[in-house]
Amino acid sequence: MICRMLMGALLRQRGRVLTITLTMALGASLATAMLNVMMDIGDKVNQELKAYGANLSVVPKSVSLISDLYGASDDGAQENAAPEKYLAEDEIAKLKTIFWAFNIVDFTPYLQISAKVSGPSGTVEAQVWGAWFDKHLDTPTGESVDTGMVRMKSWWDIEGAWPARDDPSGAMIGASLASKLGVKQGDRISVAAGHLGEAVVSGVFHSGGSEDDDLFVPLPLAQEISGLRGLVSKIDVSALTTPENDLARRAAQDPNSLSRHEWDTWYCTAYISSIAYQIEEVISNARAKPVLQVAESEGAILQKTQLLMLLLTVLSLACSALAISNLVTASVMERSAEIGLLEAVGASASEVSFLVLAETMIATLAGGVAGYLAGRGFAQIIGHTVFGSAIAAKGLVPPLVALLVFAVTVAGSLPAIRLLASLRPAEVLHGR
Amino acid sequence: MNILELKNISMIYGSVRALDDVSLSVGQGEWLAIMGPSGSGKTTMMNIIGCMDRPTAGSVLLEGEELSGLSPSSLTAIRREKVGLIFQQFHLISYLTALENVMVAQYYHSMIDEREALGALERVGLKERAKHLPRQLSGGEQQRVCIARALINYPRLILADEPTGNLDEANEGIVMEIFRRLHGEGSTIIVVTHDPEVAEEAQRIVFLEHGRIANVVRRDA
Repeated sequence: MICRMLMGALLRQRGRVLTITLTMALGASLATAMLNVMMDIGDKVNQELKAYGANLSVVPKSVSLISDLYGASDDGAQENAAPEKYLAEDEIAKLKTIFWAFNIVDFTPYLQISAKVSGPSGTVEAQVWGAWFDKHLDTPTGESVDTGMVRMKSWWDIEGAWPARDDPSGAMIGASLASKLGVKQGDRISVAAGHLGEAVVSGVFHSGGSEDDDLFVPLPLAQEISGLRGLVSKIDVSALTTPENDLARRAAQDPNSLSRHEWDTWYCTAYISSIAYQIEEVISNARAKPVLQVAESEGAILQKTQLLMLLLTVLSLACSALAISNLVTASVMERSAEIGLLEAVGASASEVSFLVLAETMIATLAGGVAGYLAGRGFAQIIGHTVFGSAIAAKGLVPPLVALLVFAVTVAGSLPAIRLLASLRPAEVLHGR
Repeated sequence: MNILELKNISMIYGSVRALDDVSLSVGQGEWLAIMGPSGSGKTTMMNIIGCMDRPTAGSVLLEGEELSGLSPSSLTAIRREKVGLIFQQFHLISYLTALENVMVAQYYHSMIDEREALGALERVGLKERAKHLPRQLSGGEQQRVCIARALINYPRLILADEPTGNLDEANEGIVMEIFRRLHGEGSTIIVVTHDPEVAEEAQRIVFLEHGRIANVVRRDA
């Protein structure tokens, strides 16, 4: 009987029921899309921000100490070279053996040397960096990794191209230095720093920073010119991290100040400080320093984006609840005689409320299912439009959306149920 | 033995006294008509007798049970068990068939029984129209469905508000014949009406004026 009454009521009010269903579908689709994106956005935003450079810089401990004490870098006077001022190139692959190895997205070593660079217009003293442009690396864990500057300096504006992977002499020259030397893509330049070397300009870049005065050559070439075989000055690392919190900040100051439980939590969370700590554990004589501006920006942007999405979800559901409230209240007012009749033949107010709630729930449930499916689609559109990749469907979202649909239905029906409870059959049946 | 007793009941809406110190008794199996001009308090009295409203003052006893102090939910329970209501506007649920409209009263009373509901429709001569929707029925037929619904739970008291007010002469005759048969079977009937011909079928006519009983006419003889 109750099913017949529900079906009859739903079919009789097709227009209103459809509006309720559509309203809920809209709210649920937005909630589904936002929740899916919100749960997947951490990795996506981190990936996006990785394009703007490294968030960890690994340097030799002695260099870090000088930098910390005097606030200046010990710009490599390779003529005073001492092994403790450098890191070993053959230890770089160990980066992929730490606990958070999979969060290490890209890395590249640099060997900084001061050299005389000669071109068609003359010779100038410049900073020359030996680096990996596009490196294929087999790690001790058996993993293969492709990394290098190509991935970490993707925002550079380049005339020409990055050197090919196996090009032993391809170089990238900053626009300012290229102008001083009068070189362009394809020109030969010579580099002298102890030994003499030759490079061919593959590309001229505009970085918008001090790097525009520098020259980047393949790491083996820089090591040969400087005589620093197998050594590097620093390693820039790009890692996916979790936003910092109080625990991470305390650990960054002194990991030994943490309790055992806190230490375990910190070590097993991808905070930038715990990743830095783990890098120091595997690279000899190294100090891993977070590039705080990048790390903090990542956390802040992630938190703000997630907050924005949460607000959008709440707002869309609140709008749905308001619209459903109006529609159900209007329906109750329109059907007041029918409701009065049910009470007159013996239905209690709670039984009639249940009937109205059940009608609304059927409509919103249909809307919720349609909205969830549409929301999955919206999430993919957002993923491809904003992040250029798909958004993974999270298993937590369907029960969460179902719970939200239920809550929105109940909240939206409450004013109507209050109105219903105030209806007196004696009045509505006589049209008063 | 009285099935219903109203003792000094008053109903006040703001400054309006819809009922003013009215006392009335209705015997078991009696057919009573309540007449009066508009605004005389007929509908107010019907609402109080039908457990749809509570008087401002006085007491109402239905089968000896005091109703005036009961909560709305308790009044609903009494109404469900003891009162069958018939309305001038029929108040059928438009998307349910005649049979289902009768079964709604069963559903909220105890449990549905299609055979019994069909029997109730048969008593009012509508068994063949059981599967029709209200809009497919004439006014007289709708009123007969309304009567079947009122009878389905074997109420102690049948309360009819202008039951022939919206009917033509032929359908009025059919409805009155049903009432005569119900009365013959021992049902207690209270009819609120404007129509003297309908009222004259009753054993006793109570005339209301300005919320008071102005006259009582006995037609037993």
